[in-house]
Amino acid sequence: MVTVGVLALQGDVLEHLEILRELGASSKLVKRPQDLQGIDGIIIPGGESTTIGELVKASGLLEPLREMIEKGLPTLGTCAGAILLAKRVRDRVVGETSQPLLGVMDIGVLRNAFGRQRESFVAEVELEGIGRMRVAFIRAPIIEEAWGRSRMIGYVDHPQLGKAGAAAVQDNAIAVTFHPEITGERRLHEHLLERIKR
Amino acid sequence: MKLVDAYAYLERLRDLIYALLEERDKRKEGGLRVEEATPLVKYGFISMFKGGVIMDVTNEKQAQIAEDAGAVGVMILDKLPYDVRMAGGVARTADANVILSIASSVTIPISAKCRIGHAGEARLLEELGVDLIDESEVLTPVDERSHINKWEFKTPFVNGARSLPEALRRIYEGASMIRTKGEPGTGNVAEAVKHMKLVNRDIATLRGYYLAKDYEAIWVYAKENKVPYELALLTARLGRLPVVNFAAGGIATPADAALMMWLGSDGIFVGSGIFKSQDPEGRARAIVLATAHYDDPETVVEAQRMISEKASMMGIDIRTLKPEQLMQVRGE
Repeated sequence: MVTVGVLALQGDVLEHLEILRELGASSKLVKRPQDLQGIDGIIIPGGESTTIGELVKASGLLEPLREMIEKGLPTLGTCAGAILLAKRVRDRVVGETSQPLLGVMDIGVLRNAFGRQRESFVAEVELEGIGRMRVAFIRAPIIEEAWGRSRMIGYVDHPQLGKAGAAAVQDNAIAVTFHPEITGERRLHEHLLERIKR
Repeated sequence: MKLVDAYAYLERLRDLIYALLEERDKRKEGGLRVEEATPLVKYGFISMFKGGVIMDVTNEKQAQIAEDAGAVGVMILDKLPYDVRMAGGVARTADANVILSIASSVTIPISAKCRIGHAGEARLLEELGVDLIDESEVLTPVDERSHINKWEFKTPFVNGARSLPEALRRIYEGASMIRTKGEPGTGNVAEAVKHMKLVNRDIATLRGYYLAKDYEAIWVYAKENKVPYELALLTARLGRLPVVNFAAGGIATPADAALMMWLGSDGIFVGSGIFKSQDPEGRARAIVLATAHYDDPETVVEAQRMISEKASMMGIDIRTLKPEQLMQVRGE
């Protein structure tokens, strides 16, 4: 039986748990370093990336989690999760941020890229090797650049911004800037489970 | 049933009770590839607040402290609820210039309060780019009989509630989020506890009817409490409030926050509790930590040790307030 950890310090943890339950995978809430024992993969949910980052640090998870992902733990980061995985982060309005990051993927992320909440939207994206899906972009970031071992696998077509990076993969980790869990989309979770079983 | 199924149901309900189908068709013809500010986008946004703390602030400096402490959002007011209580007079929405300056200095979502029934203030806040509007009893109500029609806005709304029927009426009007009313500005969590327990007990009752397939009882509940049957049934099926539910009103310490989380809150609003204390930086961090780890007593102790009780806001015993001084009775 596969056990997927869900980083449960803040954010839409419940939605991810419900999808994992539907897919028949067992899940485990990760709030403390000892919770990392026995997990076969991890989901970093959406939420506020500054909050999750501060709490990851305060809970003593920053180093052990970073090490496990670097050693090959299958990982899915959605929205705030993608920000935490990135090595470079800046904000559209405020510029450079000093927030704590896991910094394990060779990607650069622009926070709040589409604007404020009134500019949040639902759209379709095509992810290489996974398929076309309807997902929610909520105060979403975009992936501006992918270098090194990282590779872009999906874009969103936006009326103002044009084609913007929405998903990237690097070895065992996938970062998406949107929320598949809010529209009930399950294929990214299925993909994570397949990666774990491989 | 899943929470996101409830979101999808509420989105369809909006279409039923407030026919925007025409506009939707128009947008399709216009060839827009994205659907902006739909109910799902609003509920989804609020879902991201879960497990977090939203802090009342009155200026840029306080907003910065809140962000650094790990707040999931700031609520901008002209005066903190405690000061509103002390100042008397008419309490209105915050200064537009202050809202703009905070919006350009923090990366976390900004919220602001408008008066109950004052759609003009709400429009102003939406235009300013506020991410969440609180139609709040802390400010002086302008129309207590009819709240704002919140379906008409792109911006999500949060409303206070003292009971499940009140919460469901606000959701029916388009609120994307509910919070307990508590008694604002008192530093006394007693009323928030009372309101959260009342909501929980009604939900448990409805859930019981549902499991017993006693739909007639749900029908009677809806009728007696002046709430739409569809929403009473949705709550019964889901076994929780169909939108995110935060605790608010009188939370002043990490232990207060942890208690409200134990009672089933999805997160915490702190009003006067932080910036009316003598140790706002440490207290803000401590409340964020205690909210995330409410189920781990060791961490709550660690959080509680980050503050000094001597620095907590003095607070007000609710029994000493005159009936006309109560804010929670505004707009039912």
